[in-house]
Amino acid sequence: MAEMMALTEATYYILLSLVRPQHGYGIMQQTEALSHGRVHLAAGTLYGALNTLCDKGWIIQLPVEDGSRRKEYRLTEQGRSVLLAEMKRLRELVDNGERILRGE
Amino acid sequence: MEKSMTMRKWFWVWEFDKEETWLNEMAMNGWLLESVSFAAYHFVRCEPGTYSIRLEMHPADEEYVSFMEETGAEYIGRMMMWMYFRKKVEDGPFDLFSDIDSRIAHLDRIGKLLQIVGVANLVIGVANAIGPTRLGWINLLCATLLMYGLGRIHGKKEALEKERMLHE
Repeated sequence: MAEMMALTEATYYILLSLVRPQHGYGIMQQTEALSHGRVHLAAGTLYGALNTLCDKGWIIQLPVEDGSRRKEYRLTEQGRSVLLAEMKRLRELVDNGERILRGE
Repeated sequence: MEKSMTMRKWFWVWEFDKEETWLNEMAMNGWLLESVSFAAYHFVRCEPGTYSIRLEMHPADEEYVSFMEETGAEYIGRMMMWMYFRKKVEDGPFDLFSDIDSRIAHLDRIGKLLQIVGVANLVIGVANAIGPTRLGWINLLCATLLMYGLGRIHGKKEALEKERMLHE
């Protein structure tokens, strides 16, 4: 049931950023770029979200390369289907809004 | 002109936002937080308004510190359960939390700790009050204060939860 609930904007953009492997700071930058500066992920919020998403199995942490302290993450298959379901939900919201405001 | 100074100041746990505001005011006035110790803050001179300071209750966590450093923040140090960070203003806005959920989670962490310490004091206080030492009132006083703090944290949380009904 919980899987059917709406994602927060932060979760949505984190998942979207992780279609390709990315480290924490990269996720922050990509989110800002994708939303044209509208959505800003603060470090504490992002850190907590990454841990929760790993626990849920929607993303995984990649093995750390030698000499690098940066951890990279990537979307899992499960995460991908959550993302697709959310996009469907968002599309429905917008479609309904447009239809009703157009006065159909 | 002095290069550094130490100020003794006490903030209750539930006044963490007041503490943060004060530390940022100090930075605005050219005093940058350099390290923290028990009820004391050590500052060095800085160009006024060049740094933002943030603090957070967070269990000791090396990984979190390096994560923060990766994003351009500097780790100042920790005092009890609190971590202090700073970031140059020119390196962009500095916040630890960017949504209501993570702010609520932070308040929950603080509340949980107050609750544990408060209940412990209550139990010790009651045990001592009926025991031979008669010093239980000190613990009972502590328990009362901590429960007051818990109420303050709960109030902040309720305000956020109301907001959460409409926004994220």
